[in-house]
Amino acid sequence: MSKTIQIECLRYHPETDTEPHYQTYEVPFTDDMSVLQGLQYIKDRLDGSLTFRWSCRMAICGSCGQMVNGVPLLGCETFLRDYYPGKVRVEPLNHFPIVRDLAIDQSDFLTKLEAVKPFLISENVPEKGTFRQTPEQMEDYYQYSKCINCLLCYAACPQYGLNSSFTGPAALALLHRYNADSRDEGTSERMKLVNAEDGVWGCTLVGYCSEVCPKAVDPARAVNQNKINSAKDYFFRFFRK
Amino acid sequence: MKTYTRPMAGWWRRNPYYLWYMLREASCLFVTAYALVLLAGLFRLAQGKQAYEAWLQALASPLSLAFHAVALVLVLYHAWTWFRVMPRTMPFLRIGGRRVPDGFIVASAFASSIVLSGALFIAVWQL
Repeated sequence: MSKTIQIECLRYHPETDTEPHYQTYEVPFTDDMSVLQGLQYIKDRLDGSLTFRWSCRMAICGSCGQMVNGVPLLGCETFLRDYYPGKVRVEPLNHFPIVRDLAIDQSDFLTKLEAVKPFLISENVPEKGTFRQTPEQMEDYYQYSKCINCLLCYAACPQYGLNSSFTGPAALALLHRYNADSRDEGTSERMKLVNAEDGVWGCTLVGYCSEVCPKAVDPARAVNQNKINSAKDYFFRFFRK
Repeated sequence: MKTYTRPMAGWWRRNPYYLWYMLREASCLFVTAYALVLLAGLFRLAQGKQAYEAWLQALASPLSLAFHAVALVLVLYHAWTWFRVMPRTMPFLRIGGRRVPDGFIVASAFASSIVLSGALFIAVWQL
């Protein structure tokens, strides 16, 4: 490990700090080291008090989302070599309250996720065997089902930053994942959330959520398709019994 | 639990992506202004030949030419940004059971707008 890179971390200790500050560490690295591994090096060898979340190290758990030089990224699939010889500034995900150092409080998202009823609602479960679906019916929702709740899209969404009551990209994408599923019958329950002021209409199609999504879920598409659904729901309510 | 929430002031200057977004939103002011200028022309036309020609003359002033040059660039940018996000605003389009790729939808939007603008331009030119 002959090369050394500077990693500048946002530090915030709720018991002693009134506001965050930055601390820079000199981290030796190899070309195969991720930003997450850089943070782990700091915690193991330089400063055990640095707090951050991680779990799987392979872009599937969604725990290590952070701002790397101002861009929301997963620390595990972002490589230090791409920033060398410059330095890397690591901050907690934008728009969320900081609990400590790089760890944010995601409870607001969890409440919203629960509110969209992210599960199949169906009275007509087949008595024998399984549900049947055509490849087309599956394609309607499949990409939205790949969300790993990493919250990069919330950190990319200025509307959420400006008004945190906005339901936001991932929760609305997961809402659409179930509404678009041919097996689901919960659409009418979820439309209340879609139609609300803080539902899809809180989105102004900045589109950055879809740019930063590490799983190509394209939440901007889910949200904006539902603007059509919401408008239809509004006008067609007169024809429904 | 004590937490710290960072301020949002100046958020749109922090990332070039947001700057382009703000430019897209601001470009609508120029689209509106251009539409109002055209509407004024229609209004002047209804008032008679003299009024209409005065309006045409006003359009030829350097200030008006500068405005129209800026407005043209911004209207083109405005159109480009919205064509680009068009596939995201509609349900999956399928032809013969296959999903039409997003790139094709964007390209056909561009193509049809170029063809229609060209046809309109030729039609007006020959008047």
